[in-house]
Amino acid sequence: MQEIIKVLFSGFGENLRIFILTLAMAIPLGLIITFGSMTKFKPVRWLTRTFVWIIRGTPLMLQLFVVLYAPGLLFGIPMRDRLVATLVAFVINYAAYFSEIYRGGIESIPRGQYEAGAVLGMTRRQVFFKVVLLQVIKRIVPSMGNEVITLVKDTALARVIGVAEIIMVAERYTKQGLIGPLFSTGLYFLLFNGILTLLLGRIERKMDYFRV
Amino acid sequence: MAILEVNNLGKSFGTTEVLKDISFSLEKGESLAIIGSSGSGKTTLLRCLNFLETPDQGTIRVGDEIIFDANRTSVVSNAELRKNRLHFGLVFQNFNLFPQYTAFRNVTLAGELLAQERPDFKANKKTILEEIQQRGRDLLASVGLSAKADNYPHQLSGGQQQRVAIARALALNPDILCFDEPTSALDPELTGEVLSVIRSLASEKTTMIIVTHEMGFARQVADNVLFMDKGIVIEYGSPADVIDHPQHERTKRFLENYTNA
Repeated sequence: MQEIIKVLFSGFGENLRIFILTLAMAIPLGLIITFGSMTKFKPVRWLTRTFVWIIRGTPLMLQLFVVLYAPGLLFGIPMRDRLVATLVAFVINYAAYFSEIYRGGIESIPRGQYEAGAVLGMTRRQVFFKVVLLQVIKRIVPSMGNEVITLVKDTALARVIGVAEIIMVAERYTKQGLIGPLFSTGLYFLLFNGILTLLLGRIERKMDYFRV
Repeated sequence: MAILEVNNLGKSFGTTEVLKDISFSLEKGESLAIIGSSGSGKTTLLRCLNFLETPDQGTIRVGDEIIFDANRTSVVSNAELRKNRLHFGLVFQNFNLFPQYTAFRNVTLAGELLAQERPDFKANKKTILEEIQQRGRDLLASVGLSAKADNYPHQLSGGQQQRVAIARALALNPDILCFDEPTSALDPELTGEVLSVIRSLASEKTTMIIVTHEMGFARQVADNVLFMDKGIVIEYGSPADVIDHPQHERTKRFLENYTNA
């Protein structure tokens, strides 16, 4: 029993690793994609939006396979590390989603805020960082929360390219006639998402002091 | 010499000419009211002065400096644009306060950011910031909102928000303060407090351009009135001339809507 819990725990460690690293990289990358999709320079904007369309329009599972196999089969440089392949696919996928959330948030800020900053002699940079950014963050926290919770569950997809995450290790027990371990993996996800939900609620309340 | 001289200013959006051949001047300490129906180009004119729109034609002179000339071919740098903007302050119709900052911070923020560019900022940081904050407190006091300094915009009434916005615009000591229908977004019972702030600014000889629909207020406060219609200046003169004894048919027709004012 203790042995099983230990195995599941180390399996979930793999899920957490994917989760944390994906989040850490996709959040800033998403912002870069946002700037690309909002630039006045049309070729870049068109290219970025096509990219986002492809990433959002195809299954993450397929993207995992592509990242794992394409380097080896197309360019002769096999992708040896399955965790790296997982991270590349996840970061790109989630950055694309985040970028659209950011874009919606930025576009929802009234033009008057930019203009008020401009007539007060602020640079565009100052207007973005000192005036607009916090308002954007406040507006996107709920949608980002949704994505973050989805990401926790999506980490289970890594098994399709052979990363030993929790559901994969739990499934092995069914061969011994045990279904309990597989069912109990749900508790790990539930518990972790519960903690995240509390954390996200705290962030929302932290920004309750102003209205946008 | 006039502090502001606008010459032959023109602006089109696509094929629509919004401003045609606008010329006027403003003396230091003068308050000018701009009146006219919606769509007459009043707001666009203010936005051109604050460089939120770029005029297609004409020149703008402030003091002895031509800050805008449509015929100038060289590209205006961002730094130059910011410098030119600082000649003017703008109070918006819907306040546009920064919601995440207190009233006090709304007033001091831009000044602090600007001060960071001063070469002596590092050496005199404390004194400079203290000056800006003292000025912020003084300005909030002058609009009667010392007690609300630590409140956030959503905790203030519309009239209070607009008074903070006026203090914020004054913080950078603009040569000319512009108001874009400052009371149009307010409930009638709140317009009085904003108008009285503007009235006291006029008595202190603040140079102002006020786009307004408050005819009675314009008559009392403005030194001169400019009536615009369809992007052109129809009539210009003292309130007694323009509002009480309009010469042009269009001015008369417009003012008929305000006979009770």
